[in-house]
Amino acid sequence: MTKNKKIIATTSLAGCFGCHMSFLDIDERIINLIELVEFNKSPINDIKKFTKHCDIGIIEGGCCNDENIHVLREFRKNCDILISLGECAIMGGLPAMRNGIPLKECLEEAYINGPTVKDVNSQKIIPCDPDIPKILNKVYPCHEIVKIDYFLPGCPPRADLIWNALYALVTGNELLIPYEVFKYD
Amino acid sequence: MSTFVKFIIDGKICLSEEGKQLIEAAKENDIYIPTLCNYPGIPPKGSCRICTVLINNRPATACTTKVTENMDIKTSTPELEDFRKAVIELLFSEGNHFCPSCERSGNCELQALAYRYKIAVSRFPYFFPERSVESWHPKLIKDHNRCILCKRCIRGIKNNDGKTIFAYGRRGQYLEINIDPETSKNISDELAEQAMNICPVGAILVKERGFITPIGKRKYDYNIIGSEIENQ
Repeated sequence: MTKNKKIIATTSLAGCFGCHMSFLDIDERIINLIELVEFNKSPINDIKKFTKHCDIGIIEGGCCNDENIHVLREFRKNCDILISLGECAIMGGLPAMRNGIPLKECLEEAYINGPTVKDVNSQKIIPCDPDIPKILNKVYPCHEIVKIDYFLPGCPPRADLIWNALYALVTGNELLIPYEVFKYD
Repeated sequence: MSTFVKFIIDGKICLSEEGKQLIEAAKENDIYIPTLCNYPGIPPKGSCRICTVLINNRPATACTTKVTENMDIKTSTPELEDFRKAVIELLFSEGNHFCPSCERSGNCELQALAYRYKIAVSRFPYFFPERSVESWHPKLIKDHNRCILCKRCIRGIKNNDGKTIFAYGRRGQYLEINIDPETSKNISDELAEQAMNICPVGAILVKERGFITPIGKRKYDYNIIGSEIENQ
């Protein structure tokens, strides 16, 4: 039976983990899910690296730094189907609200001029250690970096939408999207 | 006495007064033609193009066309539906529409149309323009990020002297709708409320309120836009 199980990997890039939380909101259906699928790299089971090729990769969050891009490309390489889960993966979401502001201004506000930092950062340091992922000029939707096969909107996507989509994808049944589960907020 | 005319919408024989706006005439016959820039009671503009239909096989906007005898109208061919979706997607790509943080989410007509067409993602790259939020007006907030330039506010909202409060400013890709500081200075709370409600998106907001209706009770949480016309 294990042989036929589809393998799923998930990740959270520039997201808040809300989409993963919503994923867990499928409640007891997770027992049905675990009959159908096996999880590989994912924060849910804490597997850090791909140990085999996966059928489905679920991406939460857009790309705001170079590490996000690296992980997203890894997912594209290791997964047959990629799903953008939630507004941030689809269009940048709330992190992309910085896209209209020049990056320099963002960093200065966060580390030098902001009310909680201006008195403590007397040397006016903006962190730039090589170990820290480099922040990108903008937050990019995932499909502008790699090919994405499916999009599930919502902030977070309703648990029923995630369940319906995964179930349809894994079993090959038709996907039904009731109006009330297809939302942007 | 007004003359009645017979016309056909999607194969259905319809009746309405001659010279009536096609959108309204369709509504009388329980047919919904999607629109964004049209608002009952104010002169049509034809700026959003979402109500484009085929009239005797030629495309025309249903808000600016008047019905005449024997018109043959098609409202939803696959090409028209795809065209409509493209227009909605363009609007989402062109502005900064962050639904999760918007006060109007759930009551927004642009969002409701996107729900109706089940648009999960725009086919066009997101533009992320640099736009400002005007919060210095005494009663209103003007968020240029969300404005779709439909001109409903310019056409529909006038102060006590009959003067317009909203006006176009700048040109081309920088075009925006501004609030006139003079004519908007002493507007009543009712007019401010009206201005907020006439806006199809969350670009005009009354200050010091927002997120009043909880999720699940908002206008388009369970009801598809246009269903009130179609299900009559």
